[in-house]
Amino acid sequence: MSVLVIAEHDNASIKGATLNTVTAAQKLDSDVVVLVAGTACGAAAEQAQKISGVSKVILADAQCYEHQLAENVAALVTELASGYSHILAPATTTGKNLLPRVGALVDSQMISDVIGVESADTFTRPIYAGNVIAKVQSSDAIKVMTVRATAFDPASAEGGSAALETADAAHDQGISSFAGEELAESDRPELTSARIVISGGRGMQNGENFNLLYSLADKLGAAVGASRAAVDAGFVPNDMQVGQTGKIVAPELYIAVGISGAIQHLAGMKDSKVIVAINKDEEAPIFQVADYGLVADLFEAVPELDKLLG
Amino acid sequence: MKILVPIKRVVDYNVKVRPKGDGSDVDLANVKMSMNPFCEIAVEEAVRLKEAGKATEIVVVSIGPAKAQEQIRAAMAIGADRGILVQTDENLEPLAIAKCLKAIYEKESPELVILGKQSIDGDNNQTGQMFAALAGLPQGTFASKVEVTDAGVNVTREIDGGLQTVALKLPAVVTTDLRLNEPRYASLPNIMKAKKKPMDTMSLEDLGVDATPRVKLLSVAPPPERKGGIKVASVEELVEKLKNEAKVVS
Repeated sequence: MSVLVIAEHDNASIKGATLNTVTAAQKLDSDVVVLVAGTACGAAAEQAQKISGVSKVILADAQCYEHQLAENVAALVTELASGYSHILAPATTTGKNLLPRVGALVDSQMISDVIGVESADTFTRPIYAGNVIAKVQSSDAIKVMTVRATAFDPASAEGGSAALETADAAHDQGISSFAGEELAESDRPELTSARIVISGGRGMQNGENFNLLYSLADKLGAAVGASRAAVDAGFVPNDMQVGQTGKIVAPELYIAVGISGAIQHLAGMKDSKVIVAINKDEEAPIFQVADYGLVADLFEAVPELDKLLG
Repeated sequence: MKILVPIKRVVDYNVKVRPKGDGSDVDLANVKMSMNPFCEIAVEEAVRLKEAGKATEIVVVSIGPAKAQEQIRAAMAIGADRGILVQTDENLEPLAIAKCLKAIYEKESPELVILGKQSIDGDNNQTGQMFAALAGLPQGTFASKVEVTDAGVNVTREIDGGLQTVALKLPAVVTTDLRLNEPRYASLPNIMKAKKKPMDTMSLEDLGVDATPRVKLLSVAPPPERKGGIKVASVEELVEKLKNEAKVVS
């Protein structure tokens, strides 16, 4: 049997989390097939063909897949499902939106946010905001699962030469349509794949003060994130939230600035290799997970850090 | 318009859950239980739609132990009109919950189903999507804005790159994200009033749902501990450590 990986892409190119998901797929079976469903997404499919370890790419090019509407893509995946032992997608908002729908349609109890593959039917995943790691065994014929990208190394984006096949059917369910989007534009690296992440919390006091972090981030080539408190307060947009219900990051260096360290925030960053915390409250729980803690006023410490690292 | 709001009784979000000594499951003895925070947001949104004249009735359903009545009453105190408890002591998987919801949906015929995007115990983020699939309904997941229009419902969704808006035909399923609204505190008069609102109790057999588990929990373990770090005295010392000890900046 083969493993089907649903590619994350924007029609023009494959998103990085797809590569990590391919690595997870390779731990299940050597025959890894990637589905690229979109509109005018031939370029993304070509990229998928080059991913190391992929044997086949299925290209489903139809208007109804342009914005990855779950209703339409789930119908397509369900049609393809019978030939596979496993169906995987990255645990991004796209994967989380789509895959449960697929699971229900193929009558499989999906497994969310897999961080470890023990065997073809046994997996580990975090529960209770990452306070507990559960080992679970699936008895479903088709195992449907989202994969946490930070838990698997990315497969090489080059070196593969997968065959290309097309899926013709346009499964337009006609019950939902795309009505618009506001995407954050930034020259900084993506939060989930950045080598360094600097996050600000309630201690930043307002959105303008995040400029301190942006300046430092640009010197370090870092991405900028935020705690839920900072997003809820309206300092920064939602796509910057790191935590249990936001983005999960595991960079080489995570710098938490003015973040107290609620368990929901720790769930999103505690697998980072090196954690730095800057907070004026020495009792803040963030210091319990920090490799290097600095008890200081962030409005003095961050500019100084900026100067010394510049 | 009738709105159905499925809610879940979970461990309170302030509780730090730990595995049992034998690693067979988590230790939930004597911990505080509450309504899942995302479910509270769902109830609040339904009540706001009713207050805005868009909805006529709000039915809350919970699938769980007898004590889940507490959470149904809490939802009624926020403003739900009626409750249904599907009583079971089994810990149902999201797919089984979705099948129960489909059966309730067929009995109640709501035009909108609003539920939390995930529960903070299992962190699955599946039930709304699964239910939508089984009922053949469109879904607006991770909603930060819900707008009922003449044609259906427009849902603004929190996605990785920012915000996306989808237009859904009714009936539709919406799952709530954190910033959809801030749930109100129930007033004492409303808590008293909630005690008199009607609540039906039914069983899985009544709904004809086979809830046999598909996924077996083999063991639970705490995550790998981070070893204790150090406090640095100054920014200079921090930079020195990052450069020479951790070697993560140059």
